[in-house]
Amino acid sequence: MLCLNPHAIEAGQTMNTSEKTRIVGAPVLRKEGVQKLLGQALYVDDISREGMIHGATVRSTIPRGLIRSIHYDERIDWDAFTVVTAADIPGKNHIQLIFADQPCLADGVVNHCDEAIVLLAHADKHKLREAMAAVRIEYEALPAVFTIEESERREQIVWGTDNLLKSFLLEKGDVDTVWANAAHVVEGEYRTGAQEHLYIENNGMIAEWSEAEGVTVWGSLQCPYYVHKSLLAVFDLPENKVRVIQTETGGAFGGKEDFPSTLAAHAALLAMKSGKPVKMVYDRMEDLAATTKRHPSRIRHRTALDKNGKLLAMDIDLATDGGAYSTLSSTVLSRATLHSPGPYVCPNVRIRSHAWATNTVPYGAFRGFGAPQGIFAIECHMDEIAVALNMDPVELRRGNFLHDGDTTATEQVMREPVILDQLLERALKESDFYAKREHYARENASSAVKRGMGLAAFYHGAGFTGSGERYLNSIAGLDVTPQGKVRVLVANTEFGQGTNTILSQIAAEAIGIGYEDVEMAPADTRVVPNSGPTVASRTSMVVGKLIERAGLQLVAWLREESGLEERYSASEFFAACARYGAAHGEVVSLCRYEAPPNIYWDDKTYRGEAYPAYAWSIHVAQVAVDTNTYSVQVEDFWAVQEVGRILNPILAGGQIEGGIAQAIGYALYEKVILQDGHMVNNQMTNYIMPTAEDVPPIHIFFEEIPFQHGGFGAKGIGELPHDGPAPAILNAIRDATGVGYHAIPLMPEDIFAHFIAHEINVETVSA
Amino acid sequence: MSTFPAIRFNVNGEDREVRVAPMKRLLDVLREDLGLTGSKEGCGEGECGSCSVRMNGELVNSCLVPVLQAEGASVQTVEGLAAAGKMHPLQEAFLQCGGAQCGICTPGMLMAATQLLSVNAHPTMTEIREGLAGNLCRCTGFTRIFESVIAATAKNREERIEEPAHAR
Repeated sequence: MLCLNPHAIEAGQTMNTSEKTRIVGAPVLRKEGVQKLLGQALYVDDISREGMIHGATVRSTIPRGLIRSIHYDERIDWDAFTVVTAADIPGKNHIQLIFADQPCLADGVVNHCDEAIVLLAHADKHKLREAMAAVRIEYEALPAVFTIEESERREQIVWGTDNLLKSFLLEKGDVDTVWANAAHVVEGEYRTGAQEHLYIENNGMIAEWSEAEGVTVWGSLQCPYYVHKSLLAVFDLPENKVRVIQTETGGAFGGKEDFPSTLAAHAALLAMKSGKPVKMVYDRMEDLAATTKRHPSRIRHRTALDKNGKLLAMDIDLATDGGAYSTLSSTVLSRATLHSPGPYVCPNVRIRSHAWATNTVPYGAFRGFGAPQGIFAIECHMDEIAVALNMDPVELRRGNFLHDGDTTATEQVMREPVILDQLLERALKESDFYAKREHYARENASSAVKRGMGLAAFYHGAGFTGSGERYLNSIAGLDVTPQGKVRVLVANTEFGQGTNTILSQIAAEAIGIGYEDVEMAPADTRVVPNSGPTVASRTSMVVGKLIERAGLQLVAWLREESGLEERYSASEFFAACARYGAAHGEVVSLCRYEAPPNIYWDDKTYRGEAYPAYAWSIHVAQVAVDTNTYSVQVEDFWAVQEVGRILNPILAGGQIEGGIAQAIGYALYEKVILQDGHMVNNQMTNYIMPTAEDVPPIHIFFEEIPFQHGGFGAKGIGELPHDGPAPAILNAIRDATGVGYHAIPLMPEDIFAHFIAHEINVETVSA
Repeated sequence: MSTFPAIRFNVNGEDREVRVAPMKRLLDVLREDLGLTGSKEGCGEGECGSCSVRMNGELVNSCLVPVLQAEGASVQTVEGLAAAGKMHPLQEAFLQCGGAQCGICTPGMLMAATQLLSVNAHPTMTEIREGLAGNLCRCTGFTRIFESVIAATAKNREERIEEPAHAR
């Protein structure tokens, strides 16, 4: 069938890969696509186990306080229920992540609304609901803090000794010597709100427990070995007594990175106490109220420039709201810090960043992981600077772009090609940026609908930050089944982004067999090695490279030991595998992570190679602001990017489009409303994401520069597209209306309030 | 639960009978009593459309339909799209064009697209956007879903979609 793709990927024009490939780069079909289209793919709620009962969670209704007592109303026959509290935890009452401050179940104290206190299980879901309402918890309320400002004042200490979850100080040059002699100093403050992942499949888990087998969980999750590690601590079990199996996962976006560890422990505690399999699947209201969201941020910029608009100094003060426990706040803060200076050269940079504790549900991983916050601020600030200097925002950026050989704020030398100028040119040309901008400037004067063009330039570091990949020390590989298939052995999970497909392509390409000769081993900790979490845009680059190496290694072994010829067919390959298997008992090729050479990173000073590779992008937004309704419509969108080698053009395009749509929601629609730290709009009815009628045409263009340390030249792609839309849209709104807004989500009521406050009169003629 | 009166309706061409609480959601009856887990619950309040099925030729959110309303009705779910081991042209198009990523909205999206094409064989882009506006997808940004529908209508022109009789 011909796919009518008006935005077909126009790669190849600048391809400089010398390596011809058959399967990598081809639009092969999604590996698990047929089951998904037939409705046969099994998500956790589609699975039932013999004798399975259902679990539910009783949660705190206050943001902070001491638990005085728990009453179980006598109208319920409690003997028919399984009841679990912190007292039932056999091991440690904490969720093991970076730190161990978050309890699995609240014990004597609660630090946020919707914190889990009591777990119930029963065969009948309706009776469960009745029982939940019959558990009454008495508290002694303590004062709570809800904002970054309240937390940093430290009048109430709600975490540790100072409310500070993490801080970084990054310094390059000496910013303080610059201000006095600078031609221009421009300041600005930028704020971003929380954002809900809104994966369409809510969090869910099934758990079983037995003396012989220990704990087994099946669930919707990104990181099987995170869940595994956490369950080991909660149950005090040896590694072979905990088994984690990922079920088909209906979207994640970071929202199933750390939270499943908590839900798995809850379901498993109920399974252990009841002796039965227990399913816990949240409904939408519970998922929205109780699970992680994107960190809100407040970022202040003070920037010095010379008379020509060259950056002289950047002083950045970055603060995030981390919520009640530390979870991933330290690493999110790290990525926010490292992305906050933008893709520019500046000799003097100081970044002070802090993650503050508040009495809200802990904020967590979400596509971009701090980068969208940092990039929102710098890219809005660049337009603010352009206004202050009376410069074209495009030329201001162009004059400060990083190039090959330049150093970043961490003094990382750009050794790989940086083609921002080329990406910018392409974006300007494809969007017809200047002509449109001029046209709208003329038209807007006599129209109630004001149109404008805005732009953002940015990078996204691929893989774990700094020394992260070395600590992860991932292992991944391949084996060959008796049925004559190569199986990919990774703990990296498929949740829509295409892990199954791209890793199968890489394996097939490296070995020289067909895509259909490769299958994925189940993401089951009993079957697959720990190839690290499925996060941080690391799967294509880091895990992809491990699979490429494992494939080449296997072929080399077969040549040495099993008589594989220089040229071979798939059947000759599998025949050689059979001979190898007969000699060795199995055919397994595993590889361990090796850092690219000359990588240096100092965790103390935050200096060195922050990321092994960067993806680069320019986004252009065209918006229409209706000055009668104050609504903003993104009418058209262009995204030009360099993400290394494109492994699969359909999947790559889908990642970019999906990320942009999600980020349009971040900018204009999605507002988490908290009252006393509890989300009150915890429904799809009043937490609004972009629909089919809201998403503009998205035009995507890839330039490909293969990265030799990534799987067949790939860098990271998944998070990049969420970084640019919000600032590009707000810059376009500035172009349309002349008003620079500094906070997202930017709702119609915010625009209305600004127009009223500033007595802005607009033409009321219709468009 | 045999105390409940029988409710009879046709699902994907087969006559079915259930004895369940009459206010039980059609979605739960399909998933729990009839074993058709293709239809998904995303929100439980008719906002996301992942539970969309066709009932008597109309698109409905099966999380909002008490099963008693289905008495005598003809219901089509995602499991009823493929016929004789061959995927429906829309399923084929979604597969080819990347219209499904995580797959959780896909069954509902396919039913909405089937409904759209059943009343409008060659929809414009605006009509496609309107026709799918009740179905939320968080992965794709919708672009490739639109392309999938267009590709299926292009195939439509060549082959004509043969709709199974029960899908009227």
